[in-house]
Amino acid sequence: MALLEVKNLHVKYGNVEALHGIDIEVNEGEIVTILGANGAGKSTTLMTLSGIIKPSEGEILLEGKPLHRLPAHKVVRERITQSPEGRRVFGTLTVRENLNLGAFTAKDPKQTETNRKWIYELFPRLQERRQQLAGTLSGGEQQMLAIGRALMSNPRILLLDEPSLGLAPILVKTIFDTIRQINETGVTVILVEQNARVALKLAHRGYVMEVGRIVMQDFASALLSNPEVINAYLGGKD
Amino acid sequence: MEQFFQQLTNGLAVGGIYALIALGYTMVYGVLKLINFAHGDLFTIGSYLGLTLLTSMALTDKLGPFFGILLLAVMVMILVGIVGILLDQVAYRPLRESPRLSAVVSALGASIFFQNTIMLIYGASFHVYPQNILPRMVVNVFGLHIPMIRILVLLASVVMMLALYTFIQKTTIGTAIRAAAEDQGAAKLMGIDVNGVIMIVFFIGPALGGAAGLMVGLYYGQVNFTMGWIYGLKAFTAAILGGIGNIPGAMVGGILLGVIEALGAAYISIAWKDAIAFLVLILILIVRPTGLLGERVAEKI
Ligand SMILES: Nc1ncnc2c1ncn2[C@@H]1O[C@H](COP(=O)(O)OP(=O)(O)OP(=O)(O)O)[C@@H](O)[C@H]1O
Ligand SMILES: [Mg+2]
Repeated sequence: MALLEVKNLHVKYGNVEALHGIDIEVNEGEIVTILGANGAGKSTTLMTLSGIIKPSEGEILLEGKPLHRLPAHKVVRERITQSPEGRRVFGTLTVRENLNLGAFTAKDPKQTETNRKWIYELFPRLQERRQQLAGTLSGGEQQMLAIGRALMSNPRILLLDEPSLGLAPILVKTIFDTIRQINETGVTVILVEQNARVALKLAHRGYVMEVGRIVMQDFASALLSNPEVINAYLGGKD
Repeated sequence: MEQFFQQLTNGLAVGGIYALIALGYTMVYGVLKLINFAHGDLFTIGSYLGLTLLTSMALTDKLGPFFGILLLAVMVMILVGIVGILLDQVAYRPLRESPRLSAVVSALGASIFFQNTIMLIYGASFHVYPQNILPRMVVNVFGLHIPMIRILVLLASVVMMLALYTFIQKTTIGTAIRAAAEDQGAAKLMGIDVNGVIMIVFFIGPALGGAAGLMVGLYYGQVNFTMGWIYGLKAFTAAILGGIGNIPGAMVGGILLGVIEALGAAYISIAWKDAIAFLVLILILIVRPTGLLGERVAEKI
């Protein structure tokens, strides 16, 4: 059985349906990427997984148990954590306080300190800036903080919404290397990215979304060489 | 000089009371972006509850003035805090997803409801707090003769503000409250129960307001069912002065407004006492609408 199963998921904003019945499966230990143009419904999918948005139809199952009825703060207790689009770090709080809130649901203080050490190893910049207000960090540093903050909850499934948004190419590489490292520690990753090529090189499998529907799904290597994907998302032949 | 210092200390004591009430406005505004117009009436409820408990339980006879008042304050704060939570559940929570104006109308309705309830229970006339509960001592501070009660009021408000500040700044729950005030969605993604945070805020704010009501009763010796209106307006001014949503701002704004008002009343005209507060409000809205401590950190996009 898959770790996470999304079945026939419909989501509405008011009267407008944004997701028209999507199905996704994620296995333990995988990196799965969701690709799609602006407005395809990628962020909506992640926000529904996190319980922030309630589906109008369909279900989300974690190891077979329904997840879609839980309020958002309880989803985090199931160790499913999101680093949202646009980072959304708490600008008026220090870096350290942001990380502490990431561990809000954590029960084991020892584990939290181990996580903190690990995050500081992944992003030494955060350790240097730990007393600084998050609002004064650079965009890249805020992205590191957003990912670090999500990791503080000790997730088994990490949802990343456009972690490379607005970052310099060299930082994009750092962030993606870090995602691989995180995954190698056993964390399952669902990655939403505009940067399709990099995402497919990192991921095991991928889904392609178009206006609220899944239109393709395959192993990442297969998607990378799929002519339709190359044309639509990889900017033609390279 | 004597008059100046008398007015200054009086202003500080009254300012402390304004600050306690202002904290309720600012904390609720922080998490809900809603002005709780019924907050002034929670303050009134505090002063009447204080009066009832004081006279019916004779706490100060049994425990002595200090511990008697302390226990009284704790009871008043808990009760008014509970009323605060109920107010939110009944009047505001059903309207969370509605346009802002609906909640404002609901707040005004709640205010009228509270005022009338108090009037129906206690009547419309002034009520007098029992005298001589606190020893009518006058303390000599560097040659200045200051009533004991004034010092106690100031001390009590400073202690409560320090406790609140420590709670908000140093504890995990306090950090969660600040986070929810900044971005509720992101707070939920951290696993914070935002409804729980709102409940805590609707307990603490009214509890402080209730304590302020008790302090006014003890300081001035009389209470009336409409007094929440004017105190509420002054405290609201103080919250705006400090920057609404900003907790240290409400403290600074309250103290400052109390002092400005006391000195203004003494040196300009006592008749202008209330007008001064609103002049301050108008000035701050024109010159610095974000308040003194508002917008300390610009958010990055
Ligand atoms: N809060 C909202 N209210 C109404 N409609 C919304 C809301 N959020 C998203 N939508 C709509 O839902 C659709 C999917 O949006 P979503 O943010 O999920 O897209 P996305 O794939 O993440 O796009 P992008 O790549 O630009 O981030 C869009 O048509 C968008 O306009
Ligand atoms: Mg998006």
